[in-house]
Amino acid sequence: MGILTWVTLLPVLGMIVVLLLPKDNKQLIRWTSVGFTALQLLISIFILMGFNKGMAGINTAEGFQFVEKANWMTIKGVSWFGTIDIDYFIGIDGLSVMMVFLTALISLVAVISSFTIEKSVKGYFALLLLLDTGMMGTFVALDFFLFYVFWEVMLLPMYFLIGIWGGPRREYAAIKFFIYTLAGSVLMLLVIIALYFSVSYIDPSTGEKVHTFNMLLMMNPANYDVGSIMYGANTWMRYLGFLGLFIGFAIKVPIFPFHTWLPDAHVEAPTAISVILAGVLLKLGTYGILRICYPMFPDATAWFAVPLGILAAINIVYGALVAMAQDDFKKLIAYSSISHMGVVLLGMAAMNSQGITGAVMQMFNHGTITAMLFLIVGIIYDRAHTRGLNDFGGLMNKMPKYSGIMTIAFFAALGLPGLSGFISEAFSFLGAFQSTFERDTMMKITIFSTLGIVLTAGYMLWTLQRVFLGSLPEKWNGLTDIDTRELVMLVPLAIIVIFLGIYPSPMIDMMTTSINALVEVVRTGSGVSAAMLGK
Amino acid sequence: MSQQILDSLKYFQPETILTVTFCVAILADLIFPKAQKQIGYISFLGILVAILFALRCDFGNGISIFSNMYAVDAFSVFFKVIIGISSLIVIAFSLQSDELNTKGRKLGEYYALLVALTLGMFLMTGASNLLMMYLALELSSITSYILSGYMREKEDSSEASLKYILFGAAASGAMLYGISILFGLTGSLDIYAIQKAMTSGGMNSITLLFATIFILVGFGYKISAAPFHFWTPDVYQGSPITITALLAVASKAGGFAMMIRFFAIGFSQPTVNGFVNIIQGFDWQMIIAAISVLTMTLGNLVAVWQTNMKRLLAYSSIAHAGYMLMAFTVMSNSGIAAIMLYFIIYLFMNLGAFYVVMILAQKLGSEDVEDYKGLAYRSPLVCVVMALFLVSLTGLPPTAGFIGKLYIFSSLIAEKWYWLALIGALNSVVSLFYYVKVFKNMFLKQPEGDTLSITFSPYQIAWMMILAIPTLFFGLYFSPLVEYAQASVKMFQ
Repeated sequence: MGILTWVTLLPVLGMIVVLLLPKDNKQLIRWTSVGFTALQLLISIFILMGFNKGMAGINTAEGFQFVEKANWMTIKGVSWFGTIDIDYFIGIDGLSVMMVFLTALISLVAVISSFTIEKSVKGYFALLLLLDTGMMGTFVALDFFLFYVFWEVMLLPMYFLIGIWGGPRREYAAIKFFIYTLAGSVLMLLVIIALYFSVSYIDPSTGEKVHTFNMLLMMNPANYDVGSIMYGANTWMRYLGFLGLFIGFAIKVPIFPFHTWLPDAHVEAPTAISVILAGVLLKLGTYGILRICYPMFPDATAWFAVPLGILAAINIVYGALVAMAQDDFKKLIAYSSISHMGVVLLGMAAMNSQGITGAVMQMFNHGTITAMLFLIVGIIYDRAHTRGLNDFGGLMNKMPKYSGIMTIAFFAALGLPGLSGFISEAFSFLGAFQSTFERDTMMKITIFSTLGIVLTAGYMLWTLQRVFLGSLPEKWNGLTDIDTRELVMLVPLAIIVIFLGIYPSPMIDMMTTSINALVEVVRTGSGVSAAMLGK
Repeated sequence: MSQQILDSLKYFQPETILTVTFCVAILADLIFPKAQKQIGYISFLGILVAILFALRCDFGNGISIFSNMYAVDAFSVFFKVIIGISSLIVIAFSLQSDELNTKGRKLGEYYALLVALTLGMFLMTGASNLLMMYLALELSSITSYILSGYMREKEDSSEASLKYILFGAAASGAMLYGISILFGLTGSLDIYAIQKAMTSGGMNSITLLFATIFILVGFGYKISAAPFHFWTPDVYQGSPITITALLAVASKAGGFAMMIRFFAIGFSQPTVNGFVNIIQGFDWQMIIAAISVLTMTLGNLVAVWQTNMKRLLAYSSIAHAGYMLMAFTVMSNSGIAAIMLYFIIYLFMNLGAFYVVMILAQKLGSEDVEDYKGLAYRSPLVCVVMALFLVSLTGLPPTAGFIGKLYIFSSLIAEKWYWLALIGALNSVVSLFYYVKVFKNMFLKQPEGDTLSITFSPYQIAWMMILAIPTLFFGLYFSPLVEYAQASVKMFQ
């Protein structure tokens, strides 16, 4: 077993251990979970250190690193149905390496922040660890069948985590999340089947035609059977296929108009689950689009550049406007997530190196920043049992350490230079301004989207003012500042946010080769040569 | 002639064994009225031996016996195994069912009738003559009527039985009428001869349409496809739960086997990939597609409002019949293989769900979803297993139910029935809503009233695991199942 298998399946191992522990020893269960996720984080740091920045990945099996490939199932063909090949095929490249690290990091933070959970502790941590495996597996899977299995494995734990440990309207929020995501994933399933029937390769040992779920083979137009469903370029079936996958991922991101599950889920979910939801789960959507939609359907991707840009602009501006109208702290952060994920989409719509680099960086940065924000909300909620923004004021004097960290998170979220959020937003906007396709239209969209930055600064500063400045209401005199456990989860995130704000190149270097390759795949696949683009 | 009948007998061993078991069970019941459980064991053994003999009867391309009355081929053997295994499991359920094993109830006949029902369903799988089909259908129906009304003292059991008889009588009457029209058109009851008559053409397509629809009423009633499903919820609710489970799995399998053979042999011509419709100007595939859409949509939408678990599972079984009909619409080998694969998986997950409902009803005294509130705090293992069955029925990975759906959708997409696949996929989203309702009550609600934990005997837990482990295992490793199903699509031509 290789290192990637360990990083993926370690939480499941942890789950089994947790299930075997006695139910009443809550502390032991908590620390076991911390142990397993900490080990996972350690392994993911080893992966980061061992990662070769020069290898591209994307659509070539040789370009992937830490690859593990084993036959999972081969279903022998009959005269009327070809052989089916399903592999356990995992590996990472520049697109996924930071996501693997992010998943491990956020999972550990979430486990630490879950120490306040008192109800059915054993079940909670078991589900949390299962969820962790689902997320990690989705980021490393290179076989579509495997990808789909991991993708769906996340649903059930998430449903229960929101539904059992959530707030007052938890049942509604949980089922809404479940139904929305499942609707997206069945569409995805249909497209996966269509792709499966279209792609085949000749097994060199037997000379037999084999259909496969291998994602990388699906990215090579030469592997498509002539006359099959997804064969050709710019056909309606290909556009529909792209849209089916896109909607599946868009629901997860979430992209307007599929976003309505998110505020409900966030508000009702316990803090740690909000952290995972915003920190990792949303990224799976954009990751899926980049990993699967772009290289498999480059023709449709180019066709979809402007609609994607428009959706991005709606997400950015609409998300920010709705956030501004919120009185509930958590709901505000939830809508700010929608707005910030819009920045990721804008960078993706640019379809050039800067834009996609910005998008992937924003995925990571938003993951860390928003995790901090949700933790901050959780901390104040644990103490005050309210999240009403207007209930607070003047906390700066009462909780100085807390306020300090919160200020970092807030300024990072609004894109202050020197903090990580700025870098990724700058790259995304810069990329979108000189986008590969439809440059004039995209330019207008980008200009409109910058409105979002102003609005974000507006609601973030206003929130800061309402919570921290002014006079402290009488009833909050008993509030205590954050304790060590809370510092342990917040400070590392703050350090990452500051470090990447000042010196982002280590992260950029990780992904550059892969992203250049991805951009090239989209360009050539869309039939537009570099020369025609004036390069 | 008599020589041919004698020759045929050796291919008829499984059915003969069931007949003998039936007679032995009846006689044993008369001679030893106290030996109720023992008759159950005899029936179990008899069916087990019949399955083993059925497995021996695989003769390459198959064979037709009793002057083309009955086909013995890989296809029928497969369905016999499915039906046999579900009957075995149901007998095991019956042996531990509290509602059946009450004082003063005679169960000897019950097991005997169960064997007769199994025989009827065995005959359905191979019937290749319209008369034989009708007789097999009636044999299984009449025994089902009695079994569903077996708890005489309960009002809804009698009601179920009566409703079942009325519907069954009307449906089989309609089918018989359709058969007679078809006989008038083609001059034969033998489906091979009917196919020849169809190929030569010159059929009045309106008359043919009528005949087909009337015959479909019979099939549709057996597999509870809409709009012939109206008996299902009441009968499922009123019958003893063991019989409900059998009707939901085995009876459907028999109905599907018979229907597939009828259309694939009688109305189509074999090709490399499956079958093609040979009837000019009459697109019966479209009729089946419409029925499948109606069946699954109606089943799923109505299930959302149900609170009685048996009723909920009844509508869910209607929806599952709809999914399988989708795969039948395409008439390809992969579609038929998908149905067969689905049946193996459906057997485990559906019987599992019924079993959990049964043992919970014995402890809670209720089959109502509302009474499951907070059950996970009282009996975590059973609730987790139930969640597994329900997730599998929804069709989510990594459970076997997903594989079943995957193959059904694959067969549709391979034959370019995209719109049908899309409707099917959206239907499975709707189904999530009511399956989730069950484990929402179990896990998300707090227990009301009684909060003591409920324990189950190791024997019950063992049976639960026998059904739960395949449901999970076949979701992760399914190649043997698929290969078995694909090898079994061969019908005697």
